Amino acid sequence: MTENERQELLKELLAKQEAEELKPTDRYAIPPQAMPEQDPVVRAGNVNEVATGYTEAHARIEALRCLRCKNAPCVKGCPVQIRIRDFVVSIAEGKYKEALAIIKENSLLPAVCGRVCPQENQCQLTCTVGRKFKDPTKAVSIGRLERFVADLDQEAETIPQIAAETGKKVAIVGSGPGGIVAAADTRRAGHDVTLFEAFHKPGGVMVYGIPEFRLPKAIVQKEIDTLSKMGVKIVYNFIVGKTRTIQQLLNDDGFDAIYVGVGAGLPNFMRIEGESLVGVYSANEYLTRANLMKAYSYGSGADTPIARSEIVAVIGGGNVAMDSARTALRLGAEKVYLIYRRTEKEMPARIEEVHHAKEEGIEFRILQSPKRILGDENSHVRAIECLKFELGEPDDSGRRRPVPIEGSEFIIELDTVIMAIGNKPNPLISQTTPELEISKWGTIVVDEETMATSIPGVYAGGDIVSGAATVILAMGQGRIAAEGINQYLANQKQ
Amino acid sequence: MSHKIVSKKQLSEDVFTAEIEAPLVARSRQPGQFVIISLNNDYAERIPLTIAGADPQKGTISLIWQRVGKTTAELAQLQPGDEIANVAGPLGNPTDIELFGTVVCVGGGIGLAPLLPIAEALKARGNTLISIVGARNKELLILEEDFTRISDELIITTDDGSYGRKALVTEPLKEICLRDPKPNQAFAIGPAIMMKFCCKVTKEFDVPTQVSLNTIMIDGTGMCGGCRIEYAGQPKFVCVDGPEFDGHKVNFDLMMKRLSAYQAMEKKEYERFKDGKCKIGLDQ
Repeated sequence: MTENERQELLKELLAKQEAEELKPTDRYAIPPQAMPEQDPVVRAGNVNEVATGYTEAHARIEALRCLRCKNAPCVKGCPVQIRIRDFVVSIAEGKYKEALAIIKENSLLPAVCGRVCPQENQCQLTCTVGRKFKDPTKAVSIGRLERFVADLDQEAETIPQIAAETGKKVAIVGSGPGGIVAAADTRRAGHDVTLFEAFHKPGGVMVYGIPEFRLPKAIVQKEIDTLSKMGVKIVYNFIVGKTRTIQQLLNDDGFDAIYVGVGAGLPNFMRIEGESLVGVYSANEYLTRANLMKAYSYGSGADTPIARSEIVAVIGGGNVAMDSARTALRLGAEKVYLIYRRTEKEMPARIEEVHHAKEEGIEFRILQSPKRILGDENSHVRAIECLKFELGEPDDSGRRRPVPIEGSEFIIELDTVIMAIGNKPNPLISQTTPELEISKWGTIVVDEETMATSIPGVYAGGDIVSGAATVILAMGQGRIAAEGINQYLANQKQ
Repeated sequence: MSHKIVSKKQLSEDVFTAEIEAPLVARSRQPGQFVIISLNNDYAERIPLTIAGADPQKGTISLIWQRVGKTTAELAQLQPGDEIANVAGPLGNPTDIELFGTVVCVGGGIGLAPLLPIAEALKARGNTLISIVGARNKELLILEEDFTRISDELIITTDDGSYGRKALVTEPLKEICLRDPKPNQAFAIGPAIMMKFCCKVTKEFDVPTQVSLNTIMIDGTGMCGGCRIEYAGQPKFVCVDGPEFDGHKVNFDLMMKRLSAYQAMEKKEYERFKDGKCKIGLDQ
């Protein structure tokens, strides 16, 4: 459909909407609006955003597909219960500022979440339209709509109002999605807020992990700039647990409350032979070099190198694996394999990422997994020996357990292996804060109502509590924790 | 936070030392720890450097580094008053300073920089300190005065005999291990190959040996595994499990291979950096 045809269709639909003539069957018949994207061949050679964004016509037509269900199942599907139906209706009516205000009642990061939320498992899974078509990708494109209104706001300079100064000091540890929203919400309550970040740049996994072509860094920077304008102090290169401990912050440095949002940054390795050979990376290392340190510009504006790969195998099936594979491609690899021990159905990655990876030419090898990594005389990886797998009974995650097929070994020759098999909480905070109650998985134990930890005044949220998860969950927990902190500090006054 | 260079000195042809404002690091730092620095936020890489000393009162730390590539060369060009954009730390585990008895500390070349604070702390703790201080030649020998000041016994070696005894550090190390009684503990810090061979000697005589490893690092906080080594067959992260380890369990050969992962491309970039002095000769 051309933009002109789209405008025509929109006119038609708006006229029908005016005349109250749009019935559910008519709405079902509205063509779902595809997201304009860079051509796969072109984009494999750049790091610009792949999805280029809806026009107004796209957005309003897509929003008209919404049935305006009375019970709004979309809201229940959202981890932070955004009034989705209401913001979608506002978009259909052309009231974009209103739509954004509705979203911002619950979510402070719509430009991020619109891009990275796994909508197909959340709001779009419960959407009635998606149910009708038995396909969450045919639901109302809630994520794309959220992104549309969020992007319109990128130039805006509105700073939230700050309550009267309370004189209470709050330390926010970690500047990822949890820390950013916890900082905003505690600052709004009038507290003196300092955000501590271990890296030299803020944003956490949104900046070191998620590539530019999925989430432009400028979007994250804008959120950080807003915090600064609100009066939040940001301290970089400050590693809580090393530079100062939690107890020192509370007892010696004058902080009244602390939010721990340090994430789950400890990479999993398979513990197989050859995993420390040259050319074997954790996805964290590979992506941090490429994204945070801009290794894709090595020699022309960046000093951090990365392997010059020709044949790469990424092990894993989540978003991190897709990001690693697509980054390897953009760094010039001739061939990129994605090796996963279950099938595509079990892959935890967003459908859109799987789809984009395939379009870009990444070769998926399912029901396979490496057994050993083989090196040459320079201890550089030269091949992996893999096994074929079949699916057996379900394991604790509910997914069918992969079972190796004996004798099925085969070799793939390559020069780079990237392990993208998940992350665990980094033990730094737990190791240096003995009074903090930690679960057997290394996550911080919290009261779910308030996100309070076992130490009074210390709260936690995000991946450090839930294990590696999503931006929206981290944000949701960060907001609950901020509310907990605000209550705690208000009670303290008395 | 700005990390101003307070003072700077050249110790030998390619070795420099600087005192840098870093009050938060200085306050919490213990011997054995390091920092990760980067020179700017635009293009600079992150590199680990041992904290050679700290003055919590002044709020400064001192670093000693060898000019081996672009970043260390850029750092060497900075002058007092210039700023380093990022200094993160203190990172790594502090040295376990125990009362061992008699300790032999072996330092090779730039390894003398991380060795000094450890040797000082060992001596302060009450150990008898034997120091073996080695370099390829007289020009490259650093910190001789400091080691002379703190050591109960000092042996200086140079590969070419231009100063002290003409020997590799492993020779006097072996002699000391052959003494009766042998030393209770050894520390060896220097180029990977030197640590490897020191450990071979001490293993033969069953003298426990701590080494401090200098792998490539990116974040320095345990989130990427870029610094990993093979230790008793298991992967360990130098930045959080180290930087010091029982040298007899370290796979030095693999560590050396991993250290040279980017050697070719970095050599090229260093050449370009050195040539980058005006290409049309206006600076002649």
